[in-house]
Amino acid sequence: MREVYWPLILVAILAFGFGIGTIVISKLVGPKRPDPSKLSPYECGVEPVGDARKPFFIHYYMIALLFLVFDIEVIFLYPWALKFKEMGSFAFWEMAVFIVIFLGIFLYAYVKGVLEWE
Amino acid sequence: MLETVILTIAKIIIFFAVLMFFVAYGTYAERKVAGGIQDRIGPLHCGPFGLLQPLADGLKLFFKEDITVAKSDKPTYYIAPILAVVPAILVIAVIPVDENIMITDLNIALLYFLAVSSLSVYAIMLGGWAGNSKYPLLGGLRSASQFISYELVLGLSIVCVAMLVGSFSLRDVVLYQKDMWMVFKQPIAFICYMIAAIAELNRAPFDLPEAESELVGGYHTEYSSMKFAMFFLGEYANMVVSSAIATCLFLGGWYAPFSILPFIPGFIWFLIKTFLIFFFMLWIRWTYPRVRFDQLMGMSWKVLMPVVLLNILVTGFIVTFGR
Repeated sequence: MREVYWPLILVAILAFGFGIGTIVISKLVGPKRPDPSKLSPYECGVEPVGDARKPFFIHYYMIALLFLVFDIEVIFLYPWALKFKEMGSFAFWEMAVFIVIFLGIFLYAYVKGVLEWE
Repeated sequence: MLETVILTIAKIIIFFAVLMFFVAYGTYAERKVAGGIQDRIGPLHCGPFGLLQPLADGLKLFFKEDITVAKSDKPTYYIAPILAVVPAILVIAVIPVDENIMITDLNIALLYFLAVSSLSVYAIMLGGWAGNSKYPLLGGLRSASQFISYELVLGLSIVCVAMLVGSFSLRDVVLYQKDMWMVFKQPIAFICYMIAAIAELNRAPFDLPEAESELVGGYHTEYSSMKFAMFFLGEYANMVVSSAIATCLFLGGWYAPFSILPFIPGFIWFLIKTFLIFFFMLWIRWTYPRVRFDQLMGMSWKVLMPVVLLNILVTGFIVTFGR
């Protein structure tokens, strides 16, 4: 069963079928008694004030940017992790330099205060 | 060829049924364990020992009114709960329950696991955003930043394992552990994996996205009926799946501990180990209080990330020069 990819398609069909099917069936069998106050967003019982489409704290955005940079670097580690045994000490030192650069970027973000949360 | 297709379909259905069984009785186990820890009894009235409780809950939720919030964003509102369960079901394709019992033995199983499991952040983020309500939005934002922070730690701790094994196939990972489990060779990676897995599942002590005391219910506040249930189904299915992956990666999969009781078939050992990790997650939830958000982010970026990176360096050094 090595490198057989088509079962993944069957599993995906099952997964999406289960998800969509469950929601459609519950939509069909459940009661429907709409009411304006029932359909308004829940804010602890008080009348909702305004809209939820508001600007949010920029820090979330910084974390997302950092994630993008680091995630790409993590992906670079994967092929190396698979083959470095056969490539000897050269591969190790090369990756050591890479990880030191990685930690350098990390330190830069740390000093700049991106990781601090107020 | 036809035989292989039928066999595969049968396997998929059995795997799916086992997953759903674990999910249903996971909710039951959670309530019983919570009851035990808090000196209560837990569910008792549906069937003997309350064993039919999950069925009763499921049926009840099916027949509840399905509310679509008036000002919500309709497509995202419907997509989010579906996406909550899909990733967990997709991962069962690569889990080796026994040496020859698995749906497919991908040579990139670990990459597949990472790619698919990271999809579940969309469910929480879109779910929080779609309802056009403030508390779910805050929950969704928190959850997204928490998830991506711990995603890095999870990915890096899996690198530590892949380095020793030299393969991304989960079957090879387990076969490598025949004599010695990975947890003894990579204890730091195991701890990092467990913390990251619990954090990614938004479980206590990292359940800030759904902190009841401050955010009502978190990202699923605006959902009702089966759509609400889907988020819970997704959470428990993800718990089961990440316990199963942890079993494969660190606890020697289907191998008996220290080769005792060899007559018990491998898949039984696998299920026992998966259940123990699952139980461990429940135990943590009902034992520790919630952490603060800055502590949570600091934990992943300032502590776990450097630790696991150094662990990779040390592992690389030992493997390269230790022979």
